[in-house]
Amino acid sequence: MRLARRLAVVVALGLTLYGVQLLLSGGVIEYVQRIILLAGINIILAVGLNLISGTTGQFSIGHAGFMAVGAYGAAFFGTQLAPGIAGALGAGAAADALTFNLALVIGAVLAGLAGLLVGAPSLRLRGDYLAVVTLGFGEIIRILFNNAQFLGAATGYFGDSPAGLPPYTNFFWVYAWAIAIVVMIRNLTFSQTGRSLSAIREDEIAAEAMATPTTRLKVLAFSLSAAAAGVAGGLFAHMQSGVRPEDFRFDKSIDMIVMIIIGGLGSISGAVVGGIFLAVSLELMRDLQQYRLVLYALLLIVIMLVRPAGLFGSRELSDVLRARFSRAPSAGSGVAK
Amino acid sequence: MVQLLQQILNGLSLGSIYALIALGYTMVYGILKLINFAHGEVFMVGAYTGYYAAISLGIEHYGAASFPLLLALVVLLLAMAASALLGVTIELFAYRPVRSAPRLTPLITAIGVSLLLQNAAMLLFSPNPRPYPPILREVRFELGGVIVTNVKLTIFAVAIVLMLGLHWFIQRTWTGKAMRAVSVNLDAARLMGIDTNRIIRSTFAVGSALAAAGGILFGLDQIMVSPLMGVLTGLKAFVAAVLGGIGNIRGAVLGGLLIGLAEQLTAGYLSPDYRDAITFVILIVILILRPQGLLGVVRAEKV
Repeated sequence: MRLARRLAVVVALGLTLYGVQLLLSGGVIEYVQRIILLAGINIILAVGLNLISGTTGQFSIGHAGFMAVGAYGAAFFGTQLAPGIAGALGAGAAADALTFNLALVIGAVLAGLAGLLVGAPSLRLRGDYLAVVTLGFGEIIRILFNNAQFLGAATGYFGDSPAGLPPYTNFFWVYAWAIAIVVMIRNLTFSQTGRSLSAIREDEIAAEAMATPTTRLKVLAFSLSAAAAGVAGGLFAHMQSGVRPEDFRFDKSIDMIVMIIIGGLGSISGAVVGGIFLAVSLELMRDLQQYRLVLYALLLIVIMLVRPAGLFGSRELSDVLRARFSRAPSAGSGVAK
Repeated sequence: MVQLLQQILNGLSLGSIYALIALGYTMVYGILKLINFAHGEVFMVGAYTGYYAAISLGIEHYGAASFPLLLALVVLLLAMAASALLGVTIELFAYRPVRSAPRLTPLITAIGVSLLLQNAAMLLFSPNPRPYPPILREVRFELGGVIVTNVKLTIFAVAIVLMLGLHWFIQRTWTGKAMRAVSVNLDAARLMGIDTNRIIRSTFAVGSALAAAGGILFGLDQIMVSPLMGVLTGLKAFVAAVLGGIGNIRGAVLGGLLIGLAEQLTAGYLSPDYRDAITFVILIVILILRPQGLLGVVRAEKV
């Protein structure tokens, strides 16, 4: 019974997404479409980063590196797999969808493994080492891709065809993946494991004293977070018709941090809002390119000084709305404090 | 053999610059347990101050000769003063308000300050690299096949003088003694009547001044400066501090020299493409094998 209801929800969601996709591809200008796709990709990035930095309290400033691993992984394996799958299923929409999703999964797994590789040594130690290691990792990964001949080195990887990577990424797939990842991370966050993750953030020594396997959980959260960034990378690659090393510079990691800090560290709905905010504000500030990072930097500092928990804090949007509309405002404001 | 000696010489000279910057990271970390991400930018501002000081002191009038020694010293001192001021300002406005907040807050603030300075520098100084004024004209001479330059020798000399000065300052002066006390236990130091805010301020001032000296030496060595020069160099210096044992002053010097050596040897014998990557490989290896660093001691975490 429950299963049937869930299936119905999934089917309804899928149909809605597909409907919107048809609407979008019909009338909306490409520029707006791009913002909408970027917003979806940002949601994945932000919700993923929030799992490790917001919920678990371990700071990563090199997530662009994991995004790059996912992007290159998905682009490369997608290109390799496409002929085989098209041969087996016959070229068409079904083969494309299978290739694309398989490629995204491979990208996510590779990014997750990279996360394991980076996280396992540094997460044994205190949190701020992770910040430096991830920063270093982000740089190394970019240097490696910059020098990898079979991935196009500095010009980037564009697949086998002269037109570049096939433009698989569309509204349907971006938001299907975004919803799936948000739901998975939400379920994880509110599970027992999720509570342990928050316990690590609040007080690692106390959590350890309560027999929480802190290192294992931190590495788990970090790898999952890296895998989410990998999915976002794969989607991004197939939107751009190619991947270039300079798409994953340090700025990109900063963008992600700004997303989760605007939304509130530890709040999933906050991360979603932050992701959308950044996609829109980036486009609006296109003419102010050179001031963009100055503004972001100021925003970071001011939020930290004035409201260190971010705009939402760790509350969810639903908590905020409930407090606003509940009949007992005194109780709501008491909880908020 | 000659090539090896050459790489070692170049590595040590680069390493002593890293060591100067690493000292600032390690001192601040020792006292506040904060990775001062803006330290790389303090180094960059020091280099730029040196650039503008040299130009406004009329370096172009000296033609093919380098600056008189006195003017070169003035440039160095101006840059050190400017960076010290910047470091103290950052501490006052960005770090002090969040000092008692959870660890993540000052870390994000530090990254914010670092980004702000980088991008403000790109707006002010233009994003393009600039050729560094010849505060010291290069004179080359050969020693048994190894090319030695007066620039490299000056880098050593300045770095060693500054490090000895720091050693004297920390071991022999009242402020230095207070710094050591604050790094052992901030609250206990306050109870002993030490003005901890003042000590933290002087730590930032001294560390930043050393970074500025590093900036000028870096400019002399690489003959150019750019607004983003502090990012990678700062990171490498931080890794040097971790390698030596963060919070440990001798460790920072040792770590800096080792990182410089490793970088030059990688560039010389492996591939110049990986000279930046080797630092982070070292970081990950040291975190796995000896997280307290070469000269660091393990301290039990207190609840």
